[in-house]
Amino acid sequence: MTDEAMGHDSDHYVLHVNGDEREVVDSWLGESLLDVLRDRLGLLGAKGACEQGECGSCSVMVDEILVCSCLVMAASAVGQAIVTIEGIAAPGSPSDVQAAFVDAGAVQCGFCTPGLIMATHDLLERVPAPTETQIREELAGNVCRCTGYGRIIDAVQQVAVSRRGGVS
Amino acid sequence: MAVHLPDTVSAAVDRLAAEPSATVLAGGTDLMVEVNDGHRRPDASVVVVNRIPELRSWRHDPQTATVTIGAAVSYREMLDGPLATMVPALAQAARTVGSPQIRNAGTLGGNLGTCSPAGDGLPVLSALDAVVELASSAGRRSVSVGDFMVGVKRTALEPGELIVSVALPVVDGWQGYAKVGVRNAMVIAIASACVVIDRSHQRVAVALGSVGPTILRCPDAEDHLAGAIDWSTFDIAPRDLDRFAELVSAASRPITDHRSSADYRRHAVGVLAKRLARRASSSEAAA
Amino acid sequence: MTVVEQVTTPTESGRPGTIGTSPVRPDGIAKVQGSFEFSSDLSADGCLWGATLRSPHPYARIVSIDVSAAWKIDGVETVITAADVPGSINYGLIAHDQPVFASEFVRYVGEPVAAVAGDHPETCRRALEAIVVSYEVLEPLLDPERAIDGSHAAIHPDGNLIRHQRIVCGDTSIVGDVVVEGTYEIGMQDQAFLGLEAALAVPDPGGKGVELHVATQWLHEDRAQIAACLDLPVESVRLVLGGVGGAFGAREDISLQVHTCLLALRLGRPVRIAYSRAESFLGHVHRHPATIWMRHHATADGEIVKIESRMVFDGGAYASTSSAVLINAVTHTQGPYRCANAVVDGYAVRTNHLPCGAMRGFGVVQACFAHESQMDKLASACGLDPVAIRLRNAMRTGDALITGQLVLNVAPVERCILDTAAIPLPDTPIGGLPMADGAVDVMRLPGGAGRTADRGDIVRGVGWGVAIKNLMYSEGFDDYSTARCRLADGVVTLKFATSEVGQGFVTIAPQIARTILGVDDVRLDRIDTQVGSAGSTSASRQTWMSGGAVDAACRTVRERFFEHIARAHDLDPLRLAVDGTDVVDTVSGWRITVAEASAGIVIDETVEYRHPATEDLDENGQGNCHTAFAFVAHRAVVDVDPELGLVKVVQIATAQDVGRALNPLSVLGQIEGGIAQGLGLAVMEEIIQIDGVIRNGNFTDYLLPTFLDMPDVVATLIEEPDPHAPLGAKGVGEPPCISSTPAVVAAIRDALRQVDGIGKPLDRIPVRPSDICL
Repeated sequence: MTDEAMGHDSDHYVLHVNGDEREVVDSWLGESLLDVLRDRLGLLGAKGACEQGECGSCSVMVDEILVCSCLVMAASAVGQAIVTIEGIAAPGSPSDVQAAFVDAGAVQCGFCTPGLIMATHDLLERVPAPTETQIREELAGNVCRCTGYGRIIDAVQQVAVSRRGGVS
Repeated sequence: MAVHLPDTVSAAVDRLAAEPSATVLAGGTDLMVEVNDGHRRPDASVVVVNRIPELRSWRHDPQTATVTIGAAVSYREMLDGPLATMVPALAQAARTVGSPQIRNAGTLGGNLGTCSPAGDGLPVLSALDAVVELASSAGRRSVSVGDFMVGVKRTALEPGELIVSVALPVVDGWQGYAKVGVRNAMVIAIASACVVIDRSHQRVAVALGSVGPTILRCPDAEDHLAGAIDWSTFDIAPRDLDRFAELVSAASRPITDHRSSADYRRHAVGVLAKRLARRASSSEAAA
Repeated sequence: MTVVEQVTTPTESGRPGTIGTSPVRPDGIAKVQGSFEFSSDLSADGCLWGATLRSPHPYARIVSIDVSAAWKIDGVETVITAADVPGSINYGLIAHDQPVFASEFVRYVGEPVAAVAGDHPETCRRALEAIVVSYEVLEPLLDPERAIDGSHAAIHPDGNLIRHQRIVCGDTSIVGDVVVEGTYEIGMQDQAFLGLEAALAVPDPGGKGVELHVATQWLHEDRAQIAACLDLPVESVRLVLGGVGGAFGAREDISLQVHTCLLALRLGRPVRIAYSRAESFLGHVHRHPATIWMRHHATADGEIVKIESRMVFDGGAYASTSSAVLINAVTHTQGPYRCANAVVDGYAVRTNHLPCGAMRGFGVVQACFAHESQMDKLASACGLDPVAIRLRNAMRTGDALITGQLVLNVAPVERCILDTAAIPLPDTPIGGLPMADGAVDVMRLPGGAGRTADRGDIVRGVGWGVAIKNLMYSEGFDDYSTARCRLADGVVTLKFATSEVGQGFVTIAPQIARTILGVDDVRLDRIDTQVGSAGSTSASRQTWMSGGAVDAACRTVRERFFEHIARAHDLDPLRLAVDGTDVVDTVSGWRITVAEASAGIVIDETVEYRHPATEDLDENGQGNCHTAFAFVAHRAVVDVDPELGLVKVVQIATAQDVGRALNPLSVLGQIEGGIAQGLGLAVMEEIIQIDGVIRNGNFTDYLLPTFLDMPDVVATLIEEPDPHAPLGAKGVGEPPCISSTPAVVAAIRDALRQVDGIGKPLDRIPVRPSDICL
C-alpha cells in the first residue's frame, strides 16, 4: 500500500494544481474541489452555478480528464494533476481557444466561459476536427444562458480549422 | 476525519470493516450533489475507491462469454471500443448519462450503489441478468442484479460491503437501449427501456427504468415477443409489436412527479420498447 | 452555421472600433482567462459570510422567532431579523410592499425571515438550522381567480389585486365574419442567469455609510431602496457594480442587497453573501405565469376587426413590477397588427406563489404567445396561410395601437415577415445527412442520445411568430441616463452607471466615442454611483438611452474641443468636423490630429439623456404610454416525434428590426441568446410549484436549452435607422425571445396536423411531451 492509501487527514493535505503543490488546511471533509480552489487556494477562475454538475461552469482537468470540480471531493484528489483555467495560459497571453472565443463573439456575461474554455481544449485535444454535431454533443455539459451557443460553435470551428493550418 | 485512497479491494474492505460508517466515494456524481445540497454530511472517513486497479478495469472471458466490468470504470470508457462492441446497449445507455463531464466521472458501481430507478445503466444490467460481485472483509459474494436492487435507492449491500464488479454475458443477438427526457442532452430519464434479443436461446429480455420503484422486468411482454418473433427471418408482425408495447406499459408502475405524469411514463415506455423491438427486427434481419 | 445578411449597410467610416464595426469586448480576455471579477469572486480582509433564513410555508403567521441557539454557535457573529432594520421595513420597485425580513406573515416559500453572519458558509448554515421560527400555517391563496373575485381574504395590507387595467377602443359592438378564440396558459419561467446573486458590503469606519459591490441591473434604484431601509442618506450608500453573470430581469429587484449591508454595518466588518442555485430560485422574481383568453373577429378575408381579451397575471406574493408588466401585456394585445376595435381586461394579482416581476420580454412574451396562436387560428379559419394572414394585417408606421397611440417609429413589420420568409428552409432531411457509415445521426433527431426515434417516426413542421415590443420605460416614468465624457491628451475616458450584464454596452460605448471624437484610445471608468443614474439595463433601453447619453456627452465635448481648436488656430468652430482620427476644417481642408489638438487640455462634460415624455393610460386604457417600438419575425422548423411528444428545433429564421446595428456581432449575440430563451419557454422551461412549494428549483430539474437543443439561427438584420433614436439604433435584446416561442409551438402544431389532419391545440407553454402525444 502506498502512503496515500493509508489515508490522510481531511483537513490538511496537498493538491497538485497547475503544476504547483498547494497546501490545503482547515478544510472540512466533503468540501468540493470547486470550493477549495476558490475559497482556500484563491483560484477564482472556476465558477459555481449549480452545485450539481449540471452546468459545467466549474470544469477542470483532473489527471487529464474533464470533470465538474463541484462533484470532486477535494481531499480525494490528492496526488492527481489538477489543471484549472488559470493553468491554460499566462495572463494576457490567451490560448488559441481563448482568443477565438473573444474574437468570435462567444463571450457575453462570461460566467460559463472558463468552463467552456476547459471543455473546448479537452474536445480539440481528443477530436481535432469535430463535426458541428460532435461539438454540440461534447459541449452539451456546459450551459450558456446568454449566447444561444451559435458564436461558441463558430469559435470552436475557427480553432479547429486554424490548428489544421487553415484547411477546413 | 480522514480520506482513504486504498489501492486494493482488501485494503478498502478492511477500512470499511474498521469504520462501518465510512462513506464510499467513486465518481462523486451522486454523493457530492447530496453533500453540496447539505443533505448529506460525511462525518466519519471517506474511502475513495476509484484508484483500485481491480475496480478500474474490465476483462473479457471468451470461455464463458462474460464481460466483467469493474465498479469504478467510468461511463466514458463504455462508450466505444471493445466494451461497446460486446455490450452495445450499455454503450448506448452510457452515452445518455449526464454530460461528458459526468460520463468521465460516473461509474456503474455508483449507479448500482445509488440504485435510483432512473439510473441509466441499470435497465441494461437488469435485461442482461448481470451478476454483481460484492466484497467485504469476510470474503466475496455474488448477487443477481435483480436481487441487488431492492427498491427506490435501496440495495442488498450490507454494511462493510463494497461493489467490486458487474459480470455481463456477451449475448448473441441484438440489444438496445432508449431513454426519454425532455431535453436532447443532460437529462434524467422519465422513462427508459432496454431490449435484448438472445438469438442462441431464442429469448427476449426487457427492462424498464423510471417507471417503478426500481428497474422492472416484464415477463409477459418478454414471452409474448419471444413467441411472436420469426426466429429465422426476425420478422415481427405489427400487431405483435403493438401488443408488446401494451404488455410493457402494463408492466410499468410509474408515479406522477414534477418530471412527468404516470400516464405519460406508462405510454412512453411502451413506445420505447416497441421501437427497440422494431429496431431489433430490422437489424437482425439485415444481419 | 449562422448567416448574417445585412440588408441595409449604414454609411459610416468603418474605421476599426467605430460604430458599425464589431470590435471585441474590452473585458473579453479577462473573461476567457477566468480573471474577470464577478460579484461572487469578491472578498475583503476580515470578510465574514452572510446567509439568509427563509420561510418554508407559502402563507403563515410568524408566532415567534428564537435566535438564541444560533448566537451560541462558534463563529457566528450576528443574527438579525425584521427588528434590526433601522429604516423602512419595506422595499419595492414600484410599490414598497415587500419586507426586508418577514415579521408578521410570510407570504411565499423562500421569503427571508432572518440573516446571520459568521466565519464560514458552514457556520452560517448551522446557525440558520439553529434558528427556531414558530409558524401558524394559514390557507394560502394560490388561485389567481380568487384574488380577483374576492373570495380569499387579503393576504397583504395592499390587497390581493395589484392592478386592473381595461382597454376599450373603437366600436366594441362589431362582430366579425370570422371569430376565433382560445385560452392560453404561460408557465413561470426563470431567468436562470448563471452568475448567482452575490454581494460584498464594506462598512465605512464609524458605521455611517457603506459601500456595496453587487451584481445588479440598476445601481441607483438599488441605492435608493437600500438607503431607505438602512435609514441612511443616499450619499452614504455607495454602490459599485460587481461583475454580473447575466441578468435578464432577475436583478432588477432587491434580493440580498439590504441584508448584506445590514450585517456589515452591524458588525463593522465586510460581509459577503452568495446564493446557491436553490436559493437563487427563491431569491429573485420570475416571469409571470399567465392565463390569457382572446377572441379575434375578422372579415372573411382575414382582416382583423376586433380583439377581445382577458388576461390574468399571477404576480406572486409581492408587487415588484407586476403593474408595469400587466400594462405591457394589455397594450400589446394586438401584436404587430392593425386593429381598430378592442376590449381588453387585464389583472395582475397577488397570490402566495413566488413573486414575479421583470424578465426579458416583460409581459409581451405572454401576450405574444396568445396573439400569435390566435393568428394561426384565424389563418386557418379564413383559409389563408400563416404568412398571408400576418401580411394582411401587418402594422405600418403611423398606425394606431388600441391605446390610441400612433406608432411613429420605423415599423417594418411586412419586411420582417418577407425577409424571414426569404431565408431558405433547411436543406438537410430529417435527422440530417447520413453519417460516414450510412447511419442516421441520432443527435439530430428528437430525443438525441436517448435513441428514442428512427427517421420514420418524425414529422417536420414549420411555424411563425411575429412581435412588436415597446422599448424603454412607459407610463410617464422619468426615464433618463447619464454619461460623462472626458477628453485629455488624445484619450477619452467615459463614466456611466450603466450596468454591464453581458450585453456589451462596454463595447459599444467606446465605439460611440471613437466615432464622435476621432480617438482610438477610449477607457472606461468604474461603473458605480459616483455619476448620475443610467436607469436599468432592461426594457431594451441601454443602447438607446445610455448610448444616447454617451453620444450626447461626446458631442458636447466635441463642441468644446472644436471651440478650443478654433481659438488656438483662428478658425470657425462651426466649420470643423471629425474625419477619422483628425479634425478638419471642412472649408479649407486644414487638418490636425485629435491627439495633437487635445494635448495638454482637459474637456470634461456630463450629460443626461431623456426620451420624450410618456403618459399614463386613462380608465379606458387610452394614452401615449410607450416611447418606441421594435419589430421582429421568427420562423421555426421543428422535427416532432408525435408518438413520444419529443421535439427538436431544427432552424430558427428571423428578421429583426434593429434600426441600425452599432455592433453587428453583438446584435447577433442578442438574437441567438434571446431565441434560446424563447425556445426554452416553448418546450422545457417552467418553475413548477405544487401547493405553493417549488419542486424543481435546481438545474437538474429546471431544464435550460443545451448545445443540442439550440438549432441553427439564420438572422437578417433590418437596418432602417430610426429617426427618433439618438444613434438610429433600436434596442435589440428583447424581441428575439418574444415571438420565437409561438413560432416553435406553431411548428409543433403544424407537424401534428400533418399526422392526423387535426393536430393538438397546444395552448399551454412550455409544451410538455404529454401535451403532444396523449
